[in-house]
Amino acid sequence: MRFGARAVVDLDHLGVDDGEIVGLAGESGSGKSMTTLAVLGLANTVGATVAGSIKLDGTELVGLPEKVLIGLRGSRIAAIFQSPSMAFNPVFRVGDVALRALRRHGLTGSEATDRVDQAMRGVLLSPDLLRRYPSQLSGGQLQRVAIALAVALRAEVLLADEPTSALDVTVQAEVLELLRELRSRDGMSVLFISHDLAVIAELCDRVAVMQSGSIVEQGPAGQIMSAPEHPYTADLLASVPVIERRA
Amino acid sequence: MAALLEIAGLEVRFGPVRAVDGVSLDVAPGPFGLGLVGESGSGKSTIGRAVLRLVPAAAGRIRFDGTDVAGLSGRELRDYRRAVQIVFQDPDNTLDPRMRVGPAIAEALAAHGIVPRREAGPRVRELLEEVGLDPDFASRYPHQLSGGQRQRVAIARALSVQPRLLVLDEPTSALDVRAQARILELIGRLRGERRLAYLLITHNLAVVSELCEQIAVLYLGRVAESGPTAELLAAPAHPYTRALRSAVPEIAASARAARIVLHGEPPDATSPPSGCVFHPRCPLAIDRCAVEVPSLRPIAPGRLVACHRAAEVLAGIEMPERSGAVAPGAVEPGTVAPGTVEPGTVAPGAVEPGAVEPGAVASGTVASDAEPSDAEPSDAAQAGAAQPAPPSAPQG
Repeated sequence: MRFGARAVVDLDHLGVDDGEIVGLAGESGSGKSMTTLAVLGLANTVGATVAGSIKLDGTELVGLPEKVLIGLRGSRIAAIFQSPSMAFNPVFRVGDVALRALRRHGLTGSEATDRVDQAMRGVLLSPDLLRRYPSQLSGGQLQRVAIALAVALRAEVLLADEPTSALDVTVQAEVLELLRELRSRDGMSVLFISHDLAVIAELCDRVAVMQSGSIVEQGPAGQIMSAPEHPYTADLLASVPVIERRA
Repeated sequence: MAALLEIAGLEVRFGPVRAVDGVSLDVAPGPFGLGLVGESGSGKSTIGRAVLRLVPAAAGRIRFDGTDVAGLSGRELRDYRRAVQIVFQDPDNTLDPRMRVGPAIAEALAAHGIVPRREAGPRVRELLEEVGLDPDFASRYPHQLSGGQRQRVAIARALSVQPRLLVLDEPTSALDVRAQARILELIGRLRGERRLAYLLITHNLAVVSELCEQIAVLYLGRVAESGPTAELLAAPAHPYTRALRSAVPEIAASARAARIVLHGEPPDATSPPSGCVFHPRCPLAIDRCAVEVPSLRPIAPGRLVACHRAAEVLAGIEMPERSGAVAPGAVEPGTVAPGTVEPGTVAPGAVEPGAVEPGAVASGTVASDAEPSDAEPSDAAQAGAAQPAPPSAPQG
């Protein structure tokens, strides 16, 4: 990916298998979020150009016309972001936003309502909350509504960009549990982006560590956490605060 | 040793909401750290603000160095506000984007008459160096610095007036882990060098574990549990502390405690639950909890806890991990099997000998308090779903 002549992300290869949760770790500016935008086909909206190949189930996404991408976004690839309040228009009830998205993808009104209600229960929220405005929900609830929307659309891949960084640890634990369950129940594949390796360690099967736009190390989560090979990974690991276990 | 800051029976109200409801805490003279831990809405930030007199106390007393803070005015209030400084979560709200770093720090020095603005240059450079920044950053604008660097500037400015107490309100929550680690390291170094006392406000127990001698765990404006950090974290006496502790993500799989997931949001502070305010989310709640407010009482040397079943929790009673796999509606309250507490599940080995005050845990207490038939956890999923979260609830 480039901004003009400046390359910001230079990924060799990053894959997410069916039903797999892959963690993409790195600090601000490492190119994690730009990678999300590239996968969504939205890199041009921030003025970046994408070269190379991004394939979804064998289909090349790079270079697809916007019309086709619109159909894919949401229904096949969904995304949730750090600040769920940005994902909802503050002047619409969250349920209206969700229903509109489903109708956009070809569902009838009653089908859409059923799907959204069911998805809300799937993320342990009452469908009653759909009548609320975003400001009337807590951050954790709103993030779960965003996840419910991805579930309702039957997205195969979920891009989760720092989805728990703005949440309390208790709510974070709940959202992580939910993602784990979506994987095992619905077989959803997740690309989980975070600067916090401890969160990635808890959730992900595999990890890729990014620094300055490149992947410096990737492999099974357990292996990378216990024996990091790259000094940057080791540094990130050492930065995670741990509860001291004193004898 | 007399406390530097004494908070006694503090109450802060926002309209009908009691954001802080009868909190008493002491901060010893520095170097000393008190960690205030809790979720959004627990009142932890409000306590910090009340200490600085940024919000008025509806009841209770805050004493600094033996003097009641509420009575201060004029010169004395200015001196107090110099002695107590605050560092906020987001340095962007603290620093004027149009003011260079140097003048921003010099302003604090001049406002308190420490160094005239024009002569502040050398002092500003010293302060920047003290917080680990290049002194040449004095000529930069905030946007030319990273988040961690901006937070260092905010700390330098707080330190510039030689405070005796710092209120650190989620100072690292907006930062990447590496920046967070460096800021925590800086706080650890400054506390020794400057003999600082501080209130460290955070939702992450791991952040306080290295920097605070004492911890107070807050829930809905009340102290759930307080005590020396190491002991409290090694063997929490309140189910909420256990849940918070288990929510901290861990890198080492071996270190991961069984996750106790609390479903639902903290309750609405405008209409707090009856009895123990934690009971609707508590995996160990019994009938008594819905009726009787637990008082904050000693459970071990230096430790206070507000829980009817504290002795069992301290003794290491197993807490049900509640799975999110249960869909609301599918579960009737009575069918949540893991909530059933058997007296036999208490693991006596979990408590270090000596950690418990003799007599605090009589062997009979455990068995008699744990009545399997009474262990009726509220349906967490429903509680979460039904929990109204009005926009008026104050952010903690």
